[in-house]
This record gives sequence, C-alpha cells and structure tokens, in this order.
Amino acid sequence: MIVFHYDKSFEGLLTAIFDAYLRKTFPHRLLLPDEPEPLFCEGTHTVITDPEKSERVWKSLEKKVDKNTLNMISYAWLSELPGADEVIFRYIRKTIDSPHSIATNFADDDVLQLRQIALKTSREKQRMIEFVRFQKTSDDTYFAAIEPDHNVLPLIITHFRDRYADQQFIIYDLKRNYGMYSDTRQVTEMSFTESELFDRGKVKDHLLAENEVLYQRLWKRYFKAITIRERINPKLHRQHLPRRYWKYLTEKDPE
Amino acid sequence: MNPNLLSKLEILAESAKYDVSCASSGVTRAKTAGGIGNTAGWGICHSFTEDGRCVSLLKIMLTNYCIYDCAYCVNRRSNDVRRAAFSVEELVDLTLGFYRRNYIEGLFLSSGVINNPDYTMERLVGVARELRTTHRFNGYIHLKSIPGASEALVHEAGLYADRLSVNIEIATEKNLKLLAPEKNHESVFKPMEFIQQGMLENAELRKNAPKLRKFAPAGQSTQMIIGATDETDNQILHTTDMLYAKPGMKRVYYSGYIPVNTNDERLPMLRQPPLVREHRLYQADWLLRFYGFKVDEIVDDRYPNLELELDPKLSWALRHPEAFPVDVNTADYALLLRIPGVGVKSANTIVMARRFGKLGTADLKKIGVVMKKAQYFITCKELAIRTVHETSPEYVRRKLTGKKPDSSQLEIQFDW
Ligand code: SF4
Repeated sequence: MIVFHYDKSFEGLLTAIFDAYLRKTFPHRLLLPDEPEPLFCEGTHTVITDPEKSERVWKSLEKKVDKNTLNMISYAWLSELPGADEVIFRYIRKTIDSPHSIATNFADDDVLQLRQIALKTSREKQRMIEFVRFQKTSDDTYFAAIEPDHNVLPLIITHFRDRYADQQFIIYDLKRNYGMYSDTRQVTEMSFTESELFDRGKVKDHLLAENEVLYQRLWKRYFKAITIRERINPKLHRQHLPRRYWKYLTEKDPE
Repeated sequence: MNPNLLSKLEILAESAKYDVSCASSGVTRAKTAGGIGNTAGWGICHSFTEDGRCVSLLKIMLTNYCIYDCAYCVNRRSNDVRRAAFSVEELVDLTLGFYRRNYIEGLFLSSGVINNPDYTMERLVGVARELRTTHRFNGYIHLKSIPGASEALVHEAGLYADRLSVNIEIATEKNLKLLAPEKNHESVFKPMEFIQQGMLENAELRKNAPKLRKFAPAGQSTQMIIGATDETDNQILHTTDMLYAKPGMKRVYYSGYIPVNTNDERLPMLRQPPLVREHRLYQADWLLRFYGFKVDEIVDDRYPNLELELDPKLSWALRHPEAFPVDVNTADYALLLRIPGVGVKSANTIVMARRFGKLGTADLKKIGVVMKKAQYFITCKELAIRTVHETSPEYVRRKLTGKKPDSSQLEIQFDW
C-alpha cells in the first residue's frame, strides 16, 4: 500500500495529484502529516503544498471537464467528509487518464460516489438557504448563526449578498468559528474572539433591535395559524424539517 | 406598532390557510440597485408546517370580511367568525420585516370581497404597488384576482405580481352554482382571460421595449376543492386538462375538502379530508405535465376514478400489459417514462449512463429506479425473469398492494 501525507487543504490535494503523476506512484490512502501509517505500507511521500503545481492541475482539469463537474468537485471537497479527498483524487485521476469525459458514467463507483458526496453538500446548502434566520441587532445588522455538517457558508453567501444587497448582515458558522460580513458594498470573512454575543445559536436579548422580539412573535403566531389541524402529520413534518435544525428556527422556539 | 397586530395576523392567516398554493417558483429576478430582494427560479421553502406543507410565502388575507356566501368557505358572510382587516401599511411592514429575516420569499395576498369586487381588487393592487414602487421590493408576489374585478385592475395587478390566480374551486359549473350561488364558471374564466390577454399584450409591447416589466412572469394558477361535491376524477381531470390548455396556466392545485362548515346540508359529512385521493390527483396531474400522458389514458368513462391503492401510472401499466416489457438499454426516453418505478430523473440518468455500456439491475438500482415496481415491466442486461407477462397483471397488483396505503405516511413524492 502506498500512502501520501498532505495538509488536508484543497491546494494540497491538487499538489498530491501533481506529485503522483511526476513520481508515477499513486497513493491508496491520503493521510495527515502526523497520522500513523497503516501496516504493510510499501511507500510513503509527504506532499508539500505548492500553489503553482495545484494551479496546473486545476487548469488542466478546467480544459477537460465542464463547469458542472468542477463545481461538483468543489462541493465534494467542502463536504469535509472522511474519505472525500480520496474519492476526488481517484476521480481526477480517471478524468485525466480517460480520452473522453467520465462525468456521466455512473456505473463507475468513484463517479457515482463523487456525485453522491457533492449532493450531500448541495442539499445542505439548499437547507441553509431556507433555514437561516436573521435577528436584527441594535446596530441595524442582521445576524444569523449556523452549524452545518458541511462547510457550506462559502456556497450560500452569494445568494444572501444578492438578496439583501441593501442590508448589513453576518452569517456565522459556530462550528468552524468563522463568518461572512456584508456591509452592502462588499463581503469580508471575519471571526469573533469572544462568544459572549450569543446563547445557543441566538443573539443575546439585550443586543437585539427594539422590534426584533415583536417580529419573532409575529412569525411564530403566523406559523401556528397556518397549520391545518385536520392534516397534521408529524412524521412528514420532521422529514422536511429535521430536528437538528430546529434550534435556529424561530418558529420552533417555544413561545 | 399596533398592539392588535398579533391577533389580526392570526385571524387573517387562519382564513387564508386553505388555499394550498404556496409556490414561489417560476421567476428568476436579479436584485436591482438600491432595491431589496430577488427571486430564485427554483422556489424556496423556508419552513414546513406541522401538516408537512411548505412555507414559502406570507400567505395572508387583506381582510376576511366578505359579502359572498360560498358554502365551502370559512369566511362566508353567514359564518360567525372573528373578522379583521389590515391596512396597506401594516401589510407592507410585515412583508418586509419577514423577508429581511429570511422567513419568506414574498407575499401571497388574497381577500374576502368587501363592498364590491373592484373596491377589493384596488386595495390588493395597492399593497403590491406600494411594495414594488415605494420599497423597490424584488421578492415574490402572488395576488389573487377577485372574481368580477375589472380588466384594468387585473392588468395593473399583473404588472406588479409574479403570479396571479383565480380559483375555479369546483370542477363542474352545476356544483359550483350549488355551493356558491353568487359565482359561476363565467366569473372564474373571465378574469383568467384578462390575465391571458395581459400576458399577450405585454409580450407584444416587450418586443419593442424589452426593459418593460414582464406581466405576471410566473403565469397563473388555480385550485379545485376535492370531495365537497360529487364529481368523478374523470370530470376533475378533464377540467384540469382544459385549464392547462390555456396559455400561461402553470399549476392546477387540488385541495382535499376540509369540513369547515359542518351545518350545511349541501356538503358531505367527512370524518377526514380525502388525502389519498388528493395525492393520486397530483400524481395524475404530474403524468399530464411531465410524462406525456393524455388525460383519456388515465381516466375515462370505464375507469372514471383513480385507484386509491395504486399510483395512476402503475394502474395504467396494469391495464396495458401489451406495452411491456420495455428494454431499458434501447427504449427511447418517452417509453422509459412509462415504466412504473422510473421517474423523470432516473429516465434521464438511464439515457446518459447507457452510453457507457449495457445497464443491469444493479446499475438501475444505483440510478434510483424503484426496482420493486420496475422489475415486472423491463428487460435489461440480465434476462427478464418475471415480467407482467410471465406472471399476470393480477399477480403484480397483489404483490404491489400488499400494504394498505397509509394516509399518515403520504407525501408528495413524484419520482416514481
Ligand atoms: S368570495 Fe371568497 S372569501 Fe368570500 S365567501 Fe366566497 S370563497 Fe369565501
């Protein structure tokens, strides 16, 4: 078995691909620099992330596949799922080696897996676009906290920037401890050093704008009022609105 | 802010909730400088009610006062219910406040009829005008067109709204008149025609002035109540078919009748709304729109009602064993769509994937084909073993209906 160590960055992964072609040895496993190697390891290589090499791999990929596939690769990477990097590695290798596009060859396990992993990220991206709830703070900034399984913040920010072009807002990933701030002109990445500002994903009460609580109460009341009691279906409800998202949803707060 | 706002919102949301349509799809509109909002073509659900329905729009009535007395409606004049009315300003604030917090995609506004249709329509249009012009709101707006409103007002509505709708409510005119003496099909079809005309004229104008705002870009929709009257599915689906033939008709919604007025002798006593039937009608509607079925293939005088225990596609397949088995490795797209267990998505994937080699059962499973159903209707790389011919339609039916349909597990899931 051949093992490559790399720094688990996307550029590092692309560099690993570059190195593999150069060395003509292809890894079976991709590990962190300090991760212990498995038994029966026949060869190891430590990748040194190199922007030039990674750029070249990406460029040659851009020539070979359509935008959709490039997106799929990025989505799979942002999934942060264990093993996703190895699937991406094999997928890119197969793409490079094949004379024509493999994008729709779903009988190939890596092609299918890449799509399925990308779909997971894409599904959560969609859910975040739906379920993010902003709270207006006293300085007129709209604030939302998220804790997604996959790193979807970079994927959703354009949607919100376009939608709320005239309002200042922050979407903050509590799990990865970084956020994006839009001041109506541009979006910048930021992170808080103290977590004094929120309590279980919500902005603390004394920081809220004056009528924020009223709007939340109005929304909750609305949500209750439009339910048709004759059709209540808790199972379907939970299927569409998984419990793990409830803590961000104003309407699922007890009144 | 007005302290009555909470109870007003409650009353007017409760009176609006029986209108099932909540779609916000069909329009992609970019943000504009200095404006707020955009719309995403695919439609976004921001939440789901406890009955499992998508919450996309602030679905609300301007007022639930009404001069009419439609038997199927909670808000009819003879009912003793709490009444309320919003001011234009209140509704505008609510819409924007909710929108900015990412609760909603926009507004779906309807109203009871006050004074006369034009008076009511003028106020509905007023809310949309205020949102679009004063606040430069680019989110989604769906307006109900009031039956009997003048052409001029309907046309103005179409300039602000993304979608307009007029509910036909009852599939046959005879029954509509029975339940809603002040209405007839003319009062429904007239405003539908105004909307069509508005769209056509606007399309003409836009040829020379492409910047002109598009008239109701998401088209129109309508709704039928199911099970309040004695129409068969044959009658209902033929009405559907007639409606879809109208230019710009995007969706027909079906709403299983919920007995809101229990003391009216014209209405049936139902213990529970006909949810399974409603679900089957949506499936049949899907067959008409996406699967290339003709309405007469789904229902006719011999089979006037959809089977409750089988989906309409399977039901059709069992009546037509001569159409099967279909070879998934060679059949064209239209034929693939006829296979029970193959949806639009899997049909597309099959067409793409089979270019790389012949597909077998394992591939089909991976692609998402529901083999439990499909196995009786296909051949693939492996030889077919027990198609509907080797067994019989009756056998397949027994195999696939072993479990009683359970209405609590219903879900609108169309990739079948
Ligand atoms: S006109 Fe509309 S609001 Fe009035 S009673 Fe009839 S259905 Fe209800």
